[in-house]
Amino acid sequence: MEQPSTLHLATLADIARDLREGRTGATEATAACLDRIKTTESAIDAMLLVDEEGALERARELDRQGPDPAMPLWGVPIAIKDAISTKGLRTTAGSRMLENYVPFFDATAVRLLREAGAVILGKTNLDEFAMGSSTENSAYKPTRNPWNTDLVPGGSSGGSAASVTAGQCFAALGSDTGGSIRQPASLCGCVGIKPTYGRVSRFGLIAYGSSLDQIGPMARTVRDCALMLEVIAGRDPKDGTSAPDPAGKYAERCGTGTLKGVRLGLPKEFMSGGLSGEVEAACSHAADIAAKEGAQLVTVSLPHTEAAIATYYIIAMAEASSNLARFDGVRYGHRSASVDTLEDLYLRSRSEGFGQEVKRRIMLGTYVLSSGYYDAYFRKAAQVRRLIRDEYLRALDACDAIWAPVSPVTAWRLGTHVADPLSMYLMDAFTLSLNLAGLPGLSQPVGKGAQSGMPVGMQLIGRPFDEETILAIGDALERTLPRIGAPSL
Amino acid sequence: MPTDAAPSGASRTITQDDVARMANLARLSLDDKERELFAGQFQDILGYMDVLGKVDTQGVEPLYSPALHKEQGRQDEPARLRSRDEVLANAPQQDDGSFVVPRIV
Repeated sequence: MEQPSTLHLATLADIARDLREGRTGATEATAACLDRIKTTESAIDAMLLVDEEGALERARELDRQGPDPAMPLWGVPIAIKDAISTKGLRTTAGSRMLENYVPFFDATAVRLLREAGAVILGKTNLDEFAMGSSTENSAYKPTRNPWNTDLVPGGSSGGSAASVTAGQCFAALGSDTGGSIRQPASLCGCVGIKPTYGRVSRFGLIAYGSSLDQIGPMARTVRDCALMLEVIAGRDPKDGTSAPDPAGKYAERCGTGTLKGVRLGLPKEFMSGGLSGEVEAACSHAADIAAKEGAQLVTVSLPHTEAAIATYYIIAMAEASSNLARFDGVRYGHRSASVDTLEDLYLRSRSEGFGQEVKRRIMLGTYVLSSGYYDAYFRKAAQVRRLIRDEYLRALDACDAIWAPVSPVTAWRLGTHVADPLSMYLMDAFTLSLNLAGLPGLSQPVGKGAQSGMPVGMQLIGRPFDEETILAIGDALERTLPRIGAPSL
Repeated sequence: MPTDAAPSGASRTITQDDVARMANLARLSLDDKERELFAGQFQDILGYMDVLGKVDTQGVEPLYSPALHKEQGRQDEPARLRSRDEVLANAPQQDDGSFVVPRIV
């Protein structure tokens, strides 16, 4: 009997090398991922669209042309979060509003992946318009955690995290507005990086909070994320907020560094209050191992941590209410049938097209921006935002990277927080300040919870545009800490 | 004149009428059940936002974008980047190269 292929479990670095050196074909790698999707998708529901035909066609085309050393991801199958536009491939943002929307352009990050030789497998599930922390707000279906399918994968890039973890693809793109790459990576036990604001073009990312949003890679190793980031980072004339500096050689320092003398700043506000016992224990254990390997642990203080959640949600909701005003039922998106007036068209198309969490955030965003409340909420939050950024930059003066838990708890049961939105918002306490400050954050597994047996992640937070350092430290940690393995699916 | 007043979510009650006003500003229509649900949730959420009132922001310049780099504009040169057919391809209703909306006047 033929042994089942384990090709899908290779790292991106390994498969890219095998493809480049002709040991594996693009069609073979793509078929392995498509097979894996077939055998695992009914359990985890990570994908909103699988482009089997398009992916195989592209892979065969690449095979005909042969490996190209100028294409670092030649033949590598990759999945894309469905908030990111893909030319000719339906892009829903997890919303009924965009059920039939087919972009006529690629997001810049997607274009760069294609130009690097990647094969786009399909689109991954998410909370509607990336608003949520569990992927349960998808208008189509909830995604499930590959380690235990009764549990959520986190969100909003839960589809990308579950897909990567289950071996459906070698890497995926996610987007992170308040933790949406790092938190699902933590809950699923994979790796994800939110780059510095401005590091990756946002062109083609369906906007949620424009001063917070970043696209970033998710993969099974730190080096794999670094390789992806090398491809998608850089200046883009189509995004005025993209930074002028060229992409770094992010993977160069992976594989060689050690933790000796590396100063890791542990924020005392994160390690106290709110952490579940098993997350605290797993993080402390990881810190002990790092210290034994020569890392220097220092305590840093981020006094405005408590205010960050309110600050974030005010700003994110305000920006969401503005960004989502574009959905009017006229140019694209859902249009209500049988309306008599233009006013009716707006009201009914939007009310039918948006789900409850999206309506909630649009309305609250409208409220905090409205006359009489603007100064008390929006302007006040923007002031606190500056205090938060300044204190992060100060804390980073005292260490090479801040090192903190990603989520206060491991993955929870589906349905737990659905009726109480505020309790779901509080889950983002440790991730969202980075988006307020615009800083890069790398989430990686550091162990498993002693009670739940589920992955626990920590994030390395770096200086603006210094992704190299957190990736190098993360890679050294990955080689030092015990590996959590892969779920049996 | 900007003020540093604290948010007042908890001190005021969010009524169903408040929710209806927010919905109208956001061009959303809600039924009675939704108005009731959202009123309760908004009370909790806006009440939670009161934590900001404890932060001293006297004299702090608001930060609206975290970008430390200088955002670069581009030359304002007209270019035909996409065709009319492409732009219209996702329109729910179109006619002869135009978006169609209900009668306005």
